Amino acid sequence: MSTARYDENPARAGMGAVGALVILLPPALLLFTLFVIWPIGEASWYSLFNWNGLGPVDRFIGLKNYKWAFESAVFQRAIFNNLLVIVVSLVIQLPLALGVALLVAGRAWGSVAFRMIFFLPYVLADIAAGLIWRFMFDGDYGLVAAITHALEMKPVYLLASDPWAFSAILAVVVWKYFGFHMMLYVAGLQGVDKSLLEAAEIDGANAWQKFRHVTLPMLAPMIRLSIFFAVVGSLQLFDFVAALTRGGPFDTTHTMVSFLYYFGVTRMRVGFGSAVGDVLFVVCVAFAWGYRRWVMRDD
Amino acid sequence: MSIRTLALASCCILALAAPALADTTITILHVNDNKTAVKIWDQSAADYNASHKGVKVQFKYLENEAIKAKLPTMLQSQDSRPDAFYSWGGGVLDAQTKAGFLKDIKGEVGDVANKLSPTAVAAFTVDGKLYGLPFDTDAVPIFYNKALFAKAGVKPEDMQSWDGFLAAVKKLKAAGVTPIVVGAGEKWPMHFWYSYLVMRIGGSQALADAKAGKDGGFNNPTFVEAGQRLQELAALQPFQPGYASTSHAQSAAIFGDGKAAMDLMGSWLLGMQGPNASNGKGQPESNIGVMPFPTLPGGKGEIGDTLGGVHAFLVTKTAPAETADFLKFFSSEKYAKEAAEAGAYIPVVNGTAAYIKDPLVKQIAEMLAKTKYHQNFFDQDLGPSVGRVINDVSVDVAASKTTPKAAAAAIQEAEEQQ
Repeated sequence: MSTARYDENPARAGMGAVGALVILLPPALLLFTLFVIWPIGEASWYSLFNWNGLGPVDRFIGLKNYKWAFESAVFQRAIFNNLLVIVVSLVIQLPLALGVALLVAGRAWGSVAFRMIFFLPYVLADIAAGLIWRFMFDGDYGLVAAITHALEMKPVYLLASDPWAFSAILAVVVWKYFGFHMMLYVAGLQGVDKSLLEAAEIDGANAWQKFRHVTLPMLAPMIRLSIFFAVVGSLQLFDFVAALTRGGPFDTTHTMVSFLYYFGVTRMRVGFGSAVGDVLFVVCVAFAWGYRRWVMRDD
Repeated sequence: MSIRTLALASCCILALAAPALADTTITILHVNDNKTAVKIWDQSAADYNASHKGVKVQFKYLENEAIKAKLPTMLQSQDSRPDAFYSWGGGVLDAQTKAGFLKDIKGEVGDVANKLSPTAVAAFTVDGKLYGLPFDTDAVPIFYNKALFAKAGVKPEDMQSWDGFLAAVKKLKAAGVTPIVVGAGEKWPMHFWYSYLVMRIGGSQALADAKAGKDGGFNNPTFVEAGQRLQELAALQPFQPGYASTSHAQSAAIFGDGKAAMDLMGSWLLGMQGPNASNGKGQPESNIGVMPFPTLPGGKGEIGDTLGGVHAFLVTKTAPAETADFLKFFSSEKYAKEAAEAGAYIPVVNGTAAYIKDPLVKQIAEMLAKTKYHQNFFDQDLGPSVGRVINDVSVDVAASKTTPKAAAAAIQEAEEQQ
């Protein structure tokens, strides 16, 4: 009966879908084109010119902006720094978040309070957190100064020395974002079926085996999602660099985005900045597409 | 509808429309953090608005970095383009005039321009066209802490030559005093050192020749020697520990706390060292002295040559005619005198520098009055792309992260990529 009714009016069903498309798609498509596709296209176009942001765009220089960018030691270091953020996120931040999540996911006394405390840094604005940490790291007046003074050591200037300055940024990144990933895992853990854990227990599994063979597989979609957020977030890191070091000392703590800002925007090299932006865009899209295609395809 | 109601209605519409038609709002963007100066500016706008019906002049503040990042976009947009804006002159001004965003106001301001310092007016004149009116100028001297100098037994008179200067730095070090504070985390404070060295070695033509590409452009021996001299100084480790990350405000705090003997900085340091110091007061002015940058052996530059900024409000192409009229009003002796008396800045209206009461600012104003060669800040003169490279390499050379030769080559490369 129902099939017959469907067959009676096949055109109507088709019209419905097309009608919905006609009505619902244009606003989204328009906004997406206007604010995403169009600027990306424009940036790609500018990246072929030597343009300072003023006047006509008429000095075509081919791919030279890209060449200059890749030849720049500062940009090479920025790419390396971005990779470092990704590695630290994956190797330190996410395991830490998972460990803490396992501790606070239960209904034990105080776990909600701890969840709140660990999540708190994430709520702070990045730039505000950066400025607070800049003060903490200060060798003359900050927390580090107080510690070195109390221990009667020579003052230490973390943000002024090469490997330490970026390590300081990495520490702040971990501090700021592990709470967010912890929350993702807490949500994931609450979805783990208790009966499976009980079954494993009855079968004689110990705590590690329960974690390794029940919790972890059940949590896998959430972990894959959090890796995705961590990598994309790492690629876009800017605020902490701006607040803590401005890319210094000696331009050793730039990321691709801060390089784009300090070497493109503030130097009025719009063409050059666009080229850097395009590189960043390609990297992000390639990662996002590849990751969703191959890693998250079952989620 | 009776005639009366109609008449009444039209009267109402007229009454509503009239002020709307006559209202002209003039927006002037600025970056000045100095509250005393901004108060005087706001007062000038209020005075002008009171005496000119239908005109509303307003000063709007934008943070230093923000204005540099946003202005190019704002200038291209009909709606958000300011009528006038704060300018440092130099390379950015050139780019803005070339793009046709500015308005020649030479005819509109008439003889007011003749009442201002000619070098300041020249800084905003491109190809015979005047794009704005300057209001203040500044020179960078070496500020020093008299008590710390006395402690180390060094005298400013002995530091007028480079060798004497280096000897004094050694003495200060030996006495356990940090000789020099520099906010190298923001880079431009270090470029003052590099710039002065170039000026003292190469004289008044050094920068102009390099820009014109003479003798290898920035690769010429003057710029290389400037780098070598900077390294000669840096080898004595004269800067405060951790200087590579020190911000400008922190450097003022260190000077204000009496933790360093010298600071090569503009006169605004006097307004900053107090509030930024740990006790909120800083050094009393009686303990601060000013002296010129030393001369170099065999150098063409003279001890009286000055490095410093000059600032103006530039008028954009679509600004209403009242904008230039307001700037004329703003450039009157009244406000310049107030700024001088309050110690807000060194005004460029002829004769008004005499009203400066602060003895240190007065000394700087006298340096400016006597100078035969006043150079705009290198990073402003060269424009943002090359200027920031000069700032980069100044820090890199001082820290021996690059060689003087490679530094000069990097500036030349930026010039060619521009």
